[in-house]
Amino acid sequence: MSFITVNKLWKEYGHTVVLENLNLTVEQGEFCTLVGASGCGKSTFLKMLLGQEQPTRGDLQLEGDTFPGEPDRNRGIVFQRYSVFPHLTVRQNVLMGLELEQKPFLGKLFGKARREALAKVDQMIEAVGLAHAANKWPHELSGGMQQRLAIAQSFIMRPRVLLLDEPFGALDPGIRRDMHELILKLWRETGTTIFMVTHDLHEGFYLGTRLLVFDKVRNDPQQPEAFGATITYDLPIGQADRQLYESIETSVSETARALSA
Amino acid sequence: MRLINRHPGRAVGLLLGLVPFLFLVLLYGMASQERLAENPNDKLLPGLEQMTDAVNRMAFQEDRRSGDYLMWQDTTASLQRLGIGMGIAASLALVVGLLNGILPVARAGMAPLVSALSMIPPLAILPILFIVFGLGELSKVMLIVIGTAPIMMRDVAQRVRELPQEQLIKIQTLGANSWQVVTRMTLPQVLPRLIDAVRLSLGPAWLFLIAAEAIASEQGLGYRIFLVRRYLAMDVIIPYVLWITLLAIVIDQLLRLANRRLFPWYNAGGH
Repeated sequence: MSFITVNKLWKEYGHTVVLENLNLTVEQGEFCTLVGASGCGKSTFLKMLLGQEQPTRGDLQLEGDTFPGEPDRNRGIVFQRYSVFPHLTVRQNVLMGLELEQKPFLGKLFGKARREALAKVDQMIEAVGLAHAANKWPHELSGGMQQRLAIAQSFIMRPRVLLLDEPFGALDPGIRRDMHELILKLWRETGTTIFMVTHDLHEGFYLGTRLLVFDKVRNDPQQPEAFGATITYDLPIGQADRQLYESIETSVSETARALSA
Repeated sequence: MRLINRHPGRAVGLLLGLVPFLFLVLLYGMASQERLAENPNDKLLPGLEQMTDAVNRMAFQEDRRSGDYLMWQDTTASLQRLGIGMGIAASLALVVGLLNGILPVARAGMAPLVSALSMIPPLAILPILFIVFGLGELSKVMLIVIGTAPIMMRDVAQRVRELPQEQLIKIQTLGANSWQVVTRMTLPQVLPRLIDAVRLSLGPAWLFLIAAEAIASEQGLGYRIFLVRRYLAMDVIIPYVLWITLLAIVIDQLLRLANRRLFPWYNAGGH
């Protein structure tokens, strides 16, 4: 049995078809990058994996069971922005998950339990390179540092699935490279299954183990909402050549133009 | 340089801020002097001398009839009503606002009622309060509560809903239950916003306080102003109004400072 199975999945909002006939199996520990034009359902698919949205038709299964209908501690998320808590310092932000898990009513740790948790927290903060900023507020951090914090906050929970929704979209290119290294390092260490949505085709081409291209196979210029997107390419990373890259790029940009027209 | 790009320096800015005040004082002084020159017993625009006399009499001499220092007695009575009223209103606003903001079920049940209540002109139900709660302290406190709480409830609920959706999802992925979402994410982030809401509601609260005191009371700043109005005692009314204004400014600034001290992340643009 596969870790995640997607079987004939459709997602529609009223008359608008976002995803049509999606089929996919993902094994534990894979790092899938999702690319495609805006409006091709990448984020919608991520939301379904998170439990924030439900499929209209078809199955979405985690080890043979239907996906839980709301977010839980087994599926972490890092958004492009706003995923750290502004009223907590870096340390408190990372500590939060451990506190919530151990203290369902108080939501706070004290004494020995707190010291033990903080040791873990400091290790995590060190791993993402925020040790020098451990007691700062999020608004004192740069965009890249805030994303490091959001990543630490999710990884400390050891989620079975980690979802990244354009996590580096707002960062400068140099910083983005550092973040790629960080995420690859943490992925190798923890073996978490990762889904990452990105706008950047190039990013998708070398990060992770598997590239999923979301695209529309059929386009109706008079009624663009009539057809949804599906997975048009499902490639293992490292086997794609230049020609394929260009053909994907052409196809994705054609869809993007058709959607924005 | 365009006018919109010209910024006054510190000293110039301070001076520009003071000018309107000085102008008003000067205007009043001249008008007062003119009237007093014609009739030394004029009551309409008392001069500085008459007003200090009145303050001295009200604040620093025992009242001949009751033996109290009236201005202090009025001040404590009014501040107590204001404090209790705003305390209750803020607590209600926090609880109802949090629930309405975060729980869709609570919002469906309570938000329409809160919206309707906030539309009732509070002074229109003042007679009802007097009939139901009597003429004592309770009816005055209730007027402040009823006048300010519904709007603050709506404000708090709105502030809760303005928290980024991403945060709400994130805390769920960290395993939070509904109670933890409220106590660890929503409540701490909404407290500084509640203090802002209280600051905005203090204006209406003073209005309701003075209105209630004017109609039925035995002490209080509003009561005194409306009492001495019968004798055209502008020499008491004007210092009282200035005193109320000063109190309002001090309370507002204390709340602002408390907000800055207690929630450093909030005022540094961390939201």
